[in-house]
Amino acid sequence: MQLSRQVEEKLGSLYRSGGRIVGGVYLGKGQEAFSAALGVQLVEGKDVYGPLIRDQAGRIAFGEPLLDCFRTYLGTATGPMRGRDGNIHRGRPKEGMLAMISHLGALVSVVTGVLFARRLRGSLGDTVGATSIGDGGTSTGAFHEGMNLAAVEKLPLIVSVANNQFAYSTPNSRQFACEDLLLRAEGYGVQGWSVTGTDLASCLKGFRAAVAAARSGGGPQMVVGRMLRLGGHGEHDDASYVPEEARFSHLGQDCLMVAEKTLAARGLASAEVVRGWEQEGRKLIDAAIAQAGREPLPDPYRERWDALSTSHLVEGRSE
Amino acid sequence: MSLTYLEAIREAQYEALRQNPDVFLYGQDIGAFGGAFKATKGLAREFPGRVFDAPISEDAMVGLAVGAAIEGARPILEMQFADFSSVGFNQIVNQAGTQYWRTDVPCPITIRLPSGGTPGSGPFHSQSMESIYAHYPGLVIVTPATVEDAYWMLLDSVELNDPVMFCEHKFLYYHLKADSLGERSLPIGKARIARPGRHATVVTYSAMLHEALKSAEELQLDGYQIEVVDLRSVKPMDTDTILASVARTGRLLAVGESFPWGGVTAEIVARVSAEAFHLLDAPPMRLNSKDTPIPYHPNLWKSHRPTVTTISDAVRRLLRY
Repeated sequence: MQLSRQVEEKLGSLYRSGGRIVGGVYLGKGQEAFSAALGVQLVEGKDVYGPLIRDQAGRIAFGEPLLDCFRTYLGTATGPMRGRDGNIHRGRPKEGMLAMISHLGALVSVVTGVLFARRLRGSLGDTVGATSIGDGGTSTGAFHEGMNLAAVEKLPLIVSVANNQFAYSTPNSRQFACEDLLLRAEGYGVQGWSVTGTDLASCLKGFRAAVAAARSGGGPQMVVGRMLRLGGHGEHDDASYVPEEARFSHLGQDCLMVAEKTLAARGLASAEVVRGWEQEGRKLIDAAIAQAGREPLPDPYRERWDALSTSHLVEGRSE
Repeated sequence: MSLTYLEAIREAQYEALRQNPDVFLYGQDIGAFGGAFKATKGLAREFPGRVFDAPISEDAMVGLAVGAAIEGARPILEMQFADFSSVGFNQIVNQAGTQYWRTDVPCPITIRLPSGGTPGSGPFHSQSMESIYAHYPGLVIVTPATVEDAYWMLLDSVELNDPVMFCEHKFLYYHLKADSLGERSLPIGKARIARPGRHATVVTYSAMLHEALKSAEELQLDGYQIEVVDLRSVKPMDTDTILASVARTGRLLAVGESFPWGGVTAEIVARVSAEAFHLLDAPPMRLNSKDTPIPYHPNLWKSHRPTVTTISDAVRRLLRY
C-alpha cells in the first residue's frame, strides 16, 4: 500500500505536469489498505483477479509489475494493452488478471465464468477468483446478475465492496436505500463480512477469513469496507462535493497513516523502516518510468487494425 | 431421413459436445427441459455436467461465457429469444467484442439467437438483431438460411476463436426440412448463389432467402431470371460474390427482415454503390421490415416484414427502370 500510494502520487504529478500521460488518471488513495488486503491473499499464477478502478494496491499485492502500470498510462506499444486501452483498463487474462471494461459490475460474472470453466475442466482445486466494486457499482444490474449467478453456482468468488461514500459525486443517500450494503450478501445467499476500510489490520483479518472460506468450499464471499476516497473520481476532479465533516470523520482517516501507527505500536516496523521502504519504492518507480518512457509509442501504420483473431474473417484484409 | 432446421441445430450441438470436451451449453431452461424450442432436447442426459440451466440473467450469462472462454472453454449460449440478448448487449459488444483486440486473448463463444418473426409472436419475441451486432467490431454474425447451413455453420462457429452471433430463424425451425445434412461446403464468410439469373440480383439471408426464391419463381413466369444470393454470414460480408452477381445483372435489390434504418441491406447498397457504380443499370434498392415495432396479429405481421409480394413488386420496379 505504501508503494501504491507512491505510484499514484507519481501518476498524479505526471498528469498535472501534462504531456506524458494520455487520458485520465484514476487513483485509489484512501483505499489502499482495503485493496491490498485482498491482493495479498491471492496467489499469482493460481487465482484469478479482476481489479477495478481503485485497486493499484491490490494489483501490486497480487504481483502486477509496475511496468505494466506505467506502460499502460503512457500508452506505449510494449505494455499489455499496446496503446489500445489505457490506465486502469489493463490486465493479462491468461495470467489470471482480467482487464476491466468501464461498465461497472460486468466483471463479476466474468470472474465467475473463469471459475466455472475450471470446475468444468476439473482444474478448480482450491483456487479462488476475486473482483472489486464500489458503492455506486453495486447499483448496476450486471452486479446483481453476477452475484446471483455466482451464488447459484456456489463458486469460490470473493467480491470486495469499497463503500467510499461517493460514486463520482453522488452520495450513498442517492445510491441505495438499505442501511448497509452488507445486507445484500444475505439476499444473494452469500457470506458477508464487514471490515473497517481505513484499518489495514481489520482489512487483512476480514479478507483472510473470506478468502479461506471461499477456498474451502464456502461459496461466494462479499466483503464490505467503508472509507472515504481521498481525492476526486479522477485527477481532473477536485471532489468539492465532499463535505468537510466527512473529511474529518473516522471515514476520512488516511489508511496509510493508520497502518504506520499500528506497525510502530506493535513493534513490527519503525518509522525509519517505513522511510526505507519509501526510498526503495522511489527507486522502483523511477526505474519503471524511465524504461517505459524510452519505449516506442504505438504506430498507426504498423497497427493491425483487426478485432478478430481469425484474420481471414477480418473485412478489408487482402491476405 | 428427414431433418428440420431446428433438429439440425440440435444435432450440431450434439456433435460439438461429442467432439470437444471444452464445449458446454448454457442457457435458460436448456437442461432437463430441453429448451423453449427443444433445441437442446436430451443433451443434458447424453452429456451429464455439460448442459446448464442459467438464471434469467442475460448479462451475467454472457459474462460467464467470456470468463469461461478466457480459461479455454468453448461455451455455446442459448438466448431464449434473440430479443432478450439486448439485456446482455453490454457484455456482448463491450466485453466479448473487445476482448481479443484489447488483450490478445481470443474469445471463442457462440451465442445462439432464436431470431425473426413468426405469426402471433409480437414486438418482443420476433426481433432480428444481426444489423445491430454487425455494427460492432469483434463479432462474427452468421445467418443460416438452410438446414445444411444451420448444422455446418453452427459447428464452424464453435470452432472459431472469436465470438459468433448465430442468428437462427424461428420461422424456419419446423417447416424447413432436408433429407440429409450434406457435407461441409462453404466456410463462414462465403456467400452462395442460391439461384442463378441474369436480369436482376436479390441479395438476402436467413428466412428472407425463401421469400426471395419464391419471388424469383413467380417472376420467371413473366420471363425474368432473377439471381438470388444467400449471404450466409452478414459479417464478414462476401462483397466479391455480391459484386460479381451485380456485374452479371446490373440491378440490385437487398432484402432483410431487420428494421429499415441502416443495417445489413444499407451496407450492401453502400458497398455496391461505392465499388460498382459503373456496373449498375438502375439505382440499387433495399427492402426491410416497416419502421415500427413488430406487430402481434398475423394480419399486421405479414405486412410488416418483406413478403413474396413486396419483393416481387420491388424487383419489377427495379426491372422497369
